[in-house]
Amino acid sequence: MTILARLAEKSWEPASDRDPHEPGGRPSAGSVGLTVYFAVAGVMFSLLGAAYFMRMGLHAAMGHADDWVSMPDPPLLWINSATLIASSLAWEIGRRASAEGRAARASLAGAALGLCFLIGQWLLWRHYQAAGFYLSSNPANAFFYLLTALHGVHILGGLIAAAWVLAERNPAHLRLCAIYWHFLLFIWILIAALLLST
Amino acid sequence: MATTLADDLRPLHHPHSWVTKYVWSQDHKVIAIQYSVTAIAIGLVALVLSALMRLQLGFPGVFPAIQPDNYLQFVSMHGMIMVVYLLTALLLGGFGNYLIPLMIGARDMVFPFVNMLSYWLYLLSVIVLVAGFFVPGGPTGAGWTLYPPQAISEGTPGHQWGIATMLVSLAIFVAAFTMGGLNYVTTVLQARTKGMTLMRMPLSVWGIFTASVMGLLAFPALFVAAIMMLFDHFAGTSFFMPTMQSMGAVTSTEGGSPLLFQHLFWFFGHPEVYIVALPAFGIVSDLISVHARRNIFGYRMMVWAIVIIGALSFIVWAHHMYVSGMNPYFGFFFATSTLIIAIPTAIKVYNWLLTLWRGDIHLRVPMLFAIAFIFTFIHGGLSGLFLGNVSVDVPLSDTFFVVAHFHMVMGVSPVLVIFGAIYHWYPKITGRMWNETLGKIHFWITFLGVYAIFLPMHYLGILGVPRRYYALGETAFIPQSVHMANEWISIAALVVFAAQSLFFINMIWSLFRGPKADPNPWGAASLEWQTPQTPPAHGNWGPKLPVVYRWAYDYSVPGAPRDFIPQTEPRA
Repeated sequence: MTILARLAEKSWEPASDRDPHEPGGRPSAGSVGLTVYFAVAGVMFSLLGAAYFMRMGLHAAMGHADDWVSMPDPPLLWINSATLIASSLAWEIGRRASAEGRAARASLAGAALGLCFLIGQWLLWRHYQAAGFYLSSNPANAFFYLLTALHGVHILGGLIAAAWVLAERNPAHLRLCAIYWHFLLFIWILIAALLLST
Repeated sequence: MATTLADDLRPLHHPHSWVTKYVWSQDHKVIAIQYSVTAIAIGLVALVLSALMRLQLGFPGVFPAIQPDNYLQFVSMHGMIMVVYLLTALLLGGFGNYLIPLMIGARDMVFPFVNMLSYWLYLLSVIVLVAGFFVPGGPTGAGWTLYPPQAISEGTPGHQWGIATMLVSLAIFVAAFTMGGLNYVTTVLQARTKGMTLMRMPLSVWGIFTASVMGLLAFPALFVAAIMMLFDHFAGTSFFMPTMQSMGAVTSTEGGSPLLFQHLFWFFGHPEVYIVALPAFGIVSDLISVHARRNIFGYRMMVWAIVIIGALSFIVWAHHMYVSGMNPYFGFFFATSTLIIAIPTAIKVYNWLLTLWRGDIHLRVPMLFAIAFIFTFIHGGLSGLFLGNVSVDVPLSDTFFVVAHFHMVMGVSPVLVIFGAIYHWYPKITGRMWNETLGKIHFWITFLGVYAIFLPMHYLGILGVPRRYYALGETAFIPQSVHMANEWISIAALVVFAAQSLFFINMIWSLFRGPKADPNPWGAASLEWQTPQTPPAHGNWGPKLPVVYRWAYDYSVPGAPRDFIPQTEPRA
């Protein structure tokens, strides 16, 4: 039954008392909640993306001198991206594994790689700081630190959740963790594309 | 300890001590009451601030304790508290928490722990907000819109610490709301009992559900704006801060866009109006239907209108920015989209009136408030048509006409619904009845009082009296009558202010001394009135979840033994 058909139901008519979706047949609360959260985080990062473009294009459009100086792309950016992709792959192996031990080991590897990514991001920040790209010296830098910080906070939250889930060994929750990781990878690819292309 | 009931797959956390039952509670009803009490308490602070503002405006110079800085701080804190910390928190955190599980036949929210966390984060945000009153320089006086650059520039009250506590508090509030909102949305989608299809849900749930979805999509804009302004304030970035001269010296910031903040703020700010309005729309529909003993007119149309209003409200935000210097072509687009919202809104108003038409109207206190809402909402909506048009808005911008408009449409109207809703559900929540006479006196003073306050403000606005001014002084275009009107408004405001004590006396006295309430005193058909206990016990429904066989509006059905048929009654 499509959503439109459901919204067209004439619930006041006697014939309408057929509920096609028994409460037991619905997706789990965790997966529904996670999907809704993706929408929330998606809106947040898209708004930052919109602000990024608006702030970047502002000066040229208004005839001022351009104060936007793009940042260089050090190799560490690529290494970190590869780490996050590997982390997501490990989670995916864990998600698909049928044996519980294998799933737990793969998920643990995924979480560990996630931690490596965070450390890598920290090193990236240090690298930029050392090269003189401070937060307040240019709007491009400010957006870079803001975007990576918010993304990092999400990874950190994911790590805390992963620790919890690995301790309780609930396979359904492990699968949710894996999907969350894929979402963060997706967001990271968009952020990296934004940073690399401008 | 978590136990599972036979008919429900989710574990239910039974509280075992006083602390887990009333303090760290995961029960949606307790959390709802915690939310409501906190929201009303901070709302009282905002009410006192409005009384102080009216003292200054009505009797300028009489109260030397109110300085220009204080006045601006009162305006800013009053606005932000009312919109975010009272209305949003009370309608969604309070009513949403209480009503959703009971109205859809669930035992609790789907994530009770997150729900509890949501309340405690909300409380933290309120504490940080209140801390703003005690930091050096006092709370922010930048207006509730917090526009940069003035919000964090020297000369604005609270530009150092007041604005910081405000922004941090907002960021915490957004986190709290996200936790709550995820719960409300997921619970509605996932935990409806057998037979409760989407189109059998009461309109209250539809309003709260849609508003929660909107909140989840709109609050991130406020969050982002708050974080970026904190960066500008403390880290010296220039997201919003342009090149400026302050005290003769060029500031360190350059190139930022104040307009960017306004876009972000109103991308949140306009949906926020409907985040507050939609739950009120839903609740008022139920009050009118129950107390007119008539099914809601055009139920499907009502649901669709709620959803369409919610969607449209995301593409109208820049009608708050007609005078901001944005591209004038935007104004045309946003004026058009704004006026289109009038269509689904008018559908709702007509349907409320047609529900009353030839109904068996019982003018009990909740119904009085519901009908009063229709009045104030139509008035506020009509003045919105003026302000939605660019060419009419430009001369009216930043005048008292705007103040009158938004107080009517999103201040008074939702507050009247909240009063109606509290009177309506109080017997279920507490198991006691309130005093009818006291309730009616409270209603009439409040209803007539708000007209005495806000109707003259339209007139002041058309004369060009600016808002947010500490004192008007001697100005050629402001006649003596304006000062008299201001005095009159202030006196009316103080009377309404004092009359609210009747409400609190009634509620608190009835809690202990009120007569025991019938489990279903209004003869309502929706699920929350059919619980085995009143007030509902932990788990809501006893050993078995209810099964739903019909919609929530079977009133005065021909041939039925009573004038309502509960949703749980099987079809013959």
